[in-house]
Amino acid sequence: MNKKFDKVAYYPGCALEGTAQSYDRSTKAIGDKLGLKTVELENWNCCGAMEVKNIDPKLQTYLSARNLSIAQDMGFDKVMAPCNGCYHNLKKAEYDLKNDEGSREVVERLSGKAGHTTYEAGKVETIHALDWIKDSVGEEGIRDKVRDGLKGLKIANYYGCMYTRPRHIFPEKDQGEGSESTHKPHYMDDLLAAAGAENVEYPLKTACCGGAHTLSDSDTSTRLVLNLLQGAQACGADVIATECPTCHTGLEMHQVRAEKVFGKKTSVKILYFTQLLGLAMGVSPRKLGLQENFSDAMPLLKEKGII
Amino acid sequence: MNDVKEKIRNFDDLLTRLDEIEELDEETLLARARDLAPELLRLGEITLHFWIIARGGVPTKAKKEGFSILALHRQGAKGEPSFNACRESCRETVYQYNVIMQGDDDGQILRSLRLLVMVVRHLALFISGKLQVAGLGDFCCASKPIRQKDKDMSEMVRQA
Repeated sequence: MNKKFDKVAYYPGCALEGTAQSYDRSTKAIGDKLGLKTVELENWNCCGAMEVKNIDPKLQTYLSARNLSIAQDMGFDKVMAPCNGCYHNLKKAEYDLKNDEGSREVVERLSGKAGHTTYEAGKVETIHALDWIKDSVGEEGIRDKVRDGLKGLKIANYYGCMYTRPRHIFPEKDQGEGSESTHKPHYMDDLLAAAGAENVEYPLKTACCGGAHTLSDSDTSTRLVLNLLQGAQACGADVIATECPTCHTGLEMHQVRAEKVFGKKTSVKILYFTQLLGLAMGVSPRKLGLQENFSDAMPLLKEKGII
Repeated sequence: MNDVKEKIRNFDDLLTRLDEIEELDEETLLARARDLAPELLRLGEITLHFWIIARGGVPTKAKKEGFSILALHRQGAKGEPSFNACRESCRETVYQYNVIMQGDDDGQILRSLRLLVMVVRHLALFISGKLQVAGLGDFCCASKPIRQKDKDMSEMVRQA
């Protein structure tokens, strides 16, 4: 095991306390199974998400920087964020503080006003839940813990956009063999394959789902998501694995809407990769929050002998 | 290949043509694979033409890494970082095209043809969506605020 990740600060962010509680619980459940410890940031705040970023991007940088300063004060040099939006914003704050004097000035001023440590770039590394598992226990660690496995389950891995774009805020990616790729990400594929799943070739793994426009311009989002869902089915997938609460909710919501509004029904199921890994390691579906998913995967999982 | 552009006047024509290709049976797809792959590549280029022309530009005739679609994407993304949301779709279009044109395994060629249709369709859906909602891709792929023009609000926060 890579010692640098065996105990990390955990930043769940707002979504994992709300619509994506099952992602939170399944992340913690597989951490327990794999012997990886997480310590939640004390008194964390919103990363700035899209609401604050829309009004003032530098204020969003401050909000994300405050979370990084909490991690620093708690003695951590790694903070793990399973939500792509949080991961992206913390990474962007790191980049801005390294490269933009204006952002440094705002963060210093607001941190002083708020009375907490001013975060300095380079003190804390933000990692995604995928990095956490891949770089700590890796595929071998997963194989060691797999009980029943995901044999017979065909998966299309969907990474969405904020895990890899814009490329410049992810300097550790695209660093050759073994590193994550921004063009064709593979960490989720690697981990699920180690758990026995069969990954299908899915050319839309980072394609746009409409994201932030999911409510304001639903038809565009529904058409984009429908193509993602139909594409996954055409590739032979039973399941789309997700690693972002926004993607997950968007896929689920627009799967229902595509049927209602456009009369296009798709049957592919949508599950968090942590739920799939948990199932492979013998964690109960209830503990992984499968009952909270819109898309009911239970009959499929029973049919495949996974539960 | 010029006749493809003459037949495709808008996104509806383009999406209809993709549906027609998708509905072809396996035998026809395989027999025509090396005609269909360049046509699909061309349809991808046409989606980028629509974007560039709608923004008052003239589509470049240049190539990048041997492909017009990549040069057109670069042109389309100039000053518009959110357009990088479809960068991977353009590269994937080239990749699947190469697999079809260089391949000799019927199964793989058939698979790549189907994947190519999906990717070009996604490109068309994204670009047609972005022409209607300019902010598509701003927040996520460009890490930019969607309402950057709300300067008053920004100033209010700054002074608080």
